Order: sequence, then structure tokens, then C-alpha cells
Amino acid sequence: MNGASVSELDTLIGTGWKKPPLIKRDWLRWGLVIGALIYLIAAINSVEVNWERVYAGLDRGAAFIAAFLQPDFESRAGDIWEGMLESIVMAITSTVVGIAISIPIGLGAARNIAPLPVYLVCRAIIAVSRALQEIIVAILLVAIFGFGPLAGFLTLSFATIGFLSKLLAEEIESMDKVQAEAVKATGSRWAQWVNYGVQPQFMPRLIGLSMYRLDINFRESAILGLVGAGGIGATLNTAFDRYEYDTAAAILLIIIVIVMGLEYLSGLIRARVQ
Amino acid sequence: MLKLDKLVKTYNTGDQALKSVVLEIPQGQVLALIGPSGAGKSTLIRCINRLVEPTSGTVHLDGVELTRLGSGALRRDRRRMGMIFQEYALVERLTVMENVLSGRLGYVGFWRSFLRKFPQSDVDNAYRLLDRVGLLHMADKRADELSGGQRQRVGICRALIQDPALLLVDEPTASLDPKTSRQIMRLIVELCSERGLAAIINIHDVALAKMFVQRVVGLESGAIVFDGAPDDLTPDMLTHIYGEEDWEATIEKVTDAEEEAAQ
Amino acid sequence: MVTHTQTDGTRTWSRRTQKQSLIRWVAWLIGVAVFVFCWNRISEVTTWFFVWDAPRIAGDIFGRATPPRWSYIDQLWGPIWDTLNIATLGTIISLMLAVPVAFLAARNTTPSKMFIRPIALFIIVATRSINSLIWALLLIAIIGPGVFAGIVAIAIRSIGFCAKLLYEAIEEINETQVEAITATGASRWQVMLYGVVPQILPAFAGIAVFRWDINIRESTVLGLVGAGGIGLQLSASLNVLAWPQVTLILLVILVAVVVGEWVSAKVRGAII
Repeated sequence: MNGASVSELDTLIGTGWKKPPLIKRDWLRWGLVIGALIYLIAAINSVEVNWERVYAGLDRGAAFIAAFLQPDFESRAGDIWEGMLESIVMAITSTVVGIAISIPIGLGAARNIAPLPVYLVCRAIIAVSRALQEIIVAILLVAIFGFGPLAGFLTLSFATIGFLSKLLAEEIESMDKVQAEAVKATGSRWAQWVNYGVQPQFMPRLIGLSMYRLDINFRESAILGLVGAGGIGATLNTAFDRYEYDTAAAILLIIIVIVMGLEYLSGLIRARVQ
Repeated sequence: MLKLDKLVKTYNTGDQALKSVVLEIPQGQVLALIGPSGAGKSTLIRCINRLVEPTSGTVHLDGVELTRLGSGALRRDRRRMGMIFQEYALVERLTVMENVLSGRLGYVGFWRSFLRKFPQSDVDNAYRLLDRVGLLHMADKRADELSGGQRQRVGICRALIQDPALLLVDEPTASLDPKTSRQIMRLIVELCSERGLAAIINIHDVALAKMFVQRVVGLESGAIVFDGAPDDLTPDMLTHIYGEEDWEATIEKVTDAEEEAAQ
Repeated sequence: MVTHTQTDGTRTWSRRTQKQSLIRWVAWLIGVAVFVFCWNRISEVTTWFFVWDAPRIAGDIFGRATPPRWSYIDQLWGPIWDTLNIATLGTIISLMLAVPVAFLAARNTTPSKMFIRPIALFIIVATRSINSLIWALLLIAIIGPGVFAGIVAIAIRSIGFCAKLLYEAIEEINETQVEAITATGASRWQVMLYGVVPQILPAFAGIAVFRWDINIRESTVLGLVGAGGIGLQLSASLNVLAWPQVTLILLVILVAVVVGEWVSAKVRGAII
């Protein structure tokens, strides 16, 4: 062994060293690099930027930043208050209803506790809910139910189901089998088994996720107004249309503060339950 | 060559990790620093290359007062102190060769290190060191594919390629099995004598320390309580350092037969 | 968990003390009251007549929306290309901006915990809290409608998301590896390059692909407010109530989202 490695050393001394490439095959590596470059060049070239327009817009950008420093909470206080309240109301109701529906669907979508037909149906619901954008769902629901927060509430509930059920199902699928089996071994019925053997394992995570989803629902509720589904979005859109940047800045600041507050709160709650 | 004078380290929490340590190490001496966990062994060697900033006192290396240097000069002098770590501290997602060459970072500029274009002499040196520790064929493996003993060998190469005058070794064998531990200790001591390096080896395994070093320093609660030849380490002394325990078995010389078996 | 001794001497077990269960009941009561209040507010402003009529309207729309107008696809290739570009270029720009923000926000790499870290954290929260559609609205007001506004909106929106995940990854790195590189006498930037970057590179790649996947979704609807991409066609078709076209566009969006998710899952699988 020693003799062999000496000659190996002799051949290596004086030769350069290069980091072995991530992708071993030369043609594939260069193919990917060149392909990516061609795509980037084509993509950048296809973007038409009207620099004059951008340049002219810089003033407005500066005006907006100035407005951020001097937000106007006063002149449209009534509209802002109404819109905010509606956003919060939509966020809360949709989160509650979403959780209530997510739990059975999440249980059903966990392969280790649900029979196959139930599993497939629940997974299909989750897939549809996750694939459809909130804003698109909102457009359709507004067309069906008319303008107003009901459409927004339904949209957010629907989105919550996809989000929570999926994570819940994953949590249940990765749970500790022994604990659940121990409860099953006592001769409990299915509902009892879920209550004692499964529920304690996913509860902390469910609470954490629910808080997180409340935060998301609030943020999303801010845009649903753009398509008429209620909430602060309508007020915000009006403010932009009228170039009332100081009012828009005020609304955005309130959103940021509420989101920060919710994140802080959810941090506290998660720390308590885990 | 290395001189610590009244070295004190008090952490922000108020814990006094080092209480006025005075220590001098001549050229080429390998010294084992023993003591229970929390005695301040790690803090002591980290105060020498100032990974931990000492609270007061001085460290001199070949007449240069390390404790006074600004950050640029400190970096230049850190090159002269190779460090070997307890959990190997290899950058796991880099290759063995990159880990070894990272010992030369103090000598090459940013862009050369960014492009991995190290001077040919460094690359040759890295190959020689890897060959010396028997890992030449592993040069292009990623560090996290190696076993514990192999990783520590790479760690040794990284320290040696710095061309240091002093090795700071922090519990080199703590995460290794007994056989590998001996091999690693032997390797470190051999390399030090080959290159005439001084070394401070933090080690909690007293028997292992006594097998390989010429001088033992015992640290207890941040103060030196023993400094002498390994043979002077009596059971009473060990009790003083570590607390009550039956030390006879530890102190017995390891016989040659056991030694053979270990290999 | 407590045990009580009843008057007849038997001991009963209950999970909580009386005070604990009282607090729980009050909390539940407040929760229910809040929910009922919220529900009433929604109910007040809802025209229930429309809601009872909804099934008929839904059926009506469905009837008009099927079958999709397949020939319309010829006019969609351009917008699909734009949508892809908005997502990809937006993600690339946002990553370039997110990396420095993440390093400034991570406790172990920030130059100043007192001043710079709070600013970096504010950038993260502010960009994350505001939906990309709102960023798009804002940018359209400033730089005019088009694909460029969409790219910038996606880029800004993604900074907070990427920087947050990235700085968490930076805070989780193994410090002794960094220490080891520092001990060799490497400069600050070399320590970054050899000690920190290799440790966060997998997380970075994962985040990039994950965010690209989300951005594909988001860029499909940016056109609703005029920021380019396929949403522009959607909005135009909705305005003229061309339901068969709407159906086709929704199908295209669905395919784009599924393909995006598939690609990102494949790439993440290859990295990790």
C-alpha cells in the first residue's frame, strides 16, 4: 500500500488541482450553463422597459417614500377603519371555519389512519384548493355570490382548508406509531383512538399552524378587495387610483404593524404549546 | 517561544474561566493540558490565538505580543498557530482538498481563494501531507463522507499546511474510539517532532496524555495546579485536579502488549 | 391534573383544577362571542337573496364557461412566456437583494445588533407583509404598467421571504467550522467564503427553487392589476364576460402551477 501511494504521490506532485465539478458529465454541465444563459438573454430582451416612463416615475416613487414617512391616517379614517375591521373579521371567521373543516379532511388525508377511498377524496380536495390562487377563487365566488365579504370569507376558508389539511396530514403521517398503538391496544373505538392516541400528537402543531394561517389570511384579505371580495383592499385600491399615497402608506403601515403583532403573538403561543 | 503572562479571562456572565495563568513553552515541546471539563482548557488555547479575547494579561509568541495586535496583524500571526479541533471542525460540504488548502487562506488573496486557484507549491504540499497521513486517495471526497479518524487526519493536515511554529490542539481524541485516539495522538506527536513544532494538547484522557508527552500541565478552575513530567503525576495530584476517584488503574503504564493490540 | 375527595369519601380524578377549567371556559366563551360578532358583521352586509340564488348562477356560469375555447391558446403563448420571465427574473433579482439582507439580519453575521439588525428585520417584515399584487399596484402607479413592474413587484415581495429563511439558516450554522477557518488567519471575507457559505448553500438553493415555485403562482395573477403576464388576458376576458376563454386561461394557470411544483420538487430532490 505504501509503495503504491508513493508513486501516486509522485504523479500528483506538480499537477494542478481543480475542485471536482458538481455535475460530472461535461456535456450536461456545459449544456445546462449555455441553456441557462440563452434563456436569460432571451428573457431579459423580451422585457420591454420604457426607461423614460420609469425615469418620470421616480418622482412619484420619491413622493411615495415621502408619504411613508408622513402617512395620513386622518382624512379617510372612516374608510380605513371599516376596511380594516372587515379584513380582520374575514380573517378570523375564515380561519375558524377553515380549521373546523381542515381537521376531518386532514385526518382523512393521512394514509396511516384513513381507508384508501377517503384518502383519495381528501387528497383531491387538498390538491384543488392548493392549485387555485386565492384571487382567482375570489373572482369566481364574487361572480357567484355577489360583491362583499361573504365571497372573501369563503375564498379564505377554502384556501385555509388546502393549507392546513395538507400540513396536518403530513404531521399525522409522521407521528409516533407506538403511542397510537398503545391506545389502540386498550380496545378503544376509532373516535376514542383518534382522541387519545392521535390528537395529542398533532395538537401543538395544529395550534401553531392555525396562528400562522390567521396571519396569512389577514394578509390575503388585504388583496381580495381588489376584485370586490371585501376587506381593506378596496380602500387601498381607491387610494392608489386617486394617487393618495399618504393614505395608501397609512394603510400599508397598519397592515405591517398588524402582521408583526400577529407574528409576535403566534411566536408566544407556539412557545407555550410546544 | 510561547509565553503566557497573568492571562485572565472573565466571561460576560461573570464566570472566571482563567485566573492569572502563567506558562512558558520552549521551542519544540509537546505539552498536555489536563483537567476536568469546565476547567478552562478550551478557553486557554483559544485565548492564545484570540478566538476568545482574553480579559487581561499577555501572550507572546517569539517575542511578538499577540494580545496587542490589530486585526490585520493578528491574522498574519494566526498563520503561525495551527489549530486542531475536538469535533474536527472540517467544513463538511467542502472536499478534503479544499479543507486542507483552507489552511493557506492566510497566505492567499480573496479572489485566488474564491476561484480555488492556490499556488502550485501549496497544492503540492497538500498532496504530500495527505500522503503522509494516508488519505491521498480521498483528496476529492467530500469531508462528510469520511470517518472520524480520517476527518481528524484532514484537520491535522489543515493545521500543518499553515507552516506553523505552534500547534493548538483541543481535545483531538474526544470523539474517537480508543484505538483511533492513540493513532491520532501518535501522529500528532510524530509530526511535531519531525517538524520541531511546539504543541499544547488539551486532553481529558490522562493515560493517553502520559503515553505521548514530555510535560503535563494540570488546570483546575482556571488555575494551574500541576506542571511537571508525566511520571510526577501522582494519584494525590490527580485527585486534586479531578476529584476523588481510584487513579491506580489510570496511572499504570500501558504495557507493550496492549500497545501492540491497539495497533 | 388533580384528585378530589367527594363528600361520600370517594376520590374523583379530573384533568384540570377548577380554576384552570374556569379559565378555559371563559376563553372559549370569548372565542365564540368574537366569532359570532364577526359572522354577524359579514351577514349584515350580505345580500342573502343573491346567496340563495347562487347555485343557479353557478350552474349558469358553468354552462357558459364550457367547453373552453381551445383556439384561444394561440394568443396565450406570449403571456405565458412573460409569466415565466416575471417569476424567474423576479426570483433572481430578489435573491441578489435577499442575500445581503439575510447576512445583516442574522445574529452571528450582522455588523451591529443594535442598529443594522433591526433595519434588516424591518425590511424583511415590510416586504413580506405586503402581497405582490399590492406591490404591483404601487409599482404600476410609479413606473407604469407592464412586465417590468411585475418583475420588480415579485422581486420586492420575495426579499422578505427569502431573507427570513436564509437568515434562519445562517443562524443555525456550525460555529466551530467558522472558528476553524478563522484560526487559520483567513480574512473576514475568506471566513465567509470557506466557513459560512458552504454551510448555507444547500439551504439557499432550496429556498431559491421553493420561492420560484411560489412566484410562478403569483405571477399568473399579477396581470389582474396590469403588471403583465397571463393575468392580463384573464382580466380582459373577464371584463367582456368571455367565459370559455376564462376557462382555458384557468386551465393554463393550473398546468403552470402543477408544472412549477413538479420542477421545484425535482430540483430540490436533486440538491438535498
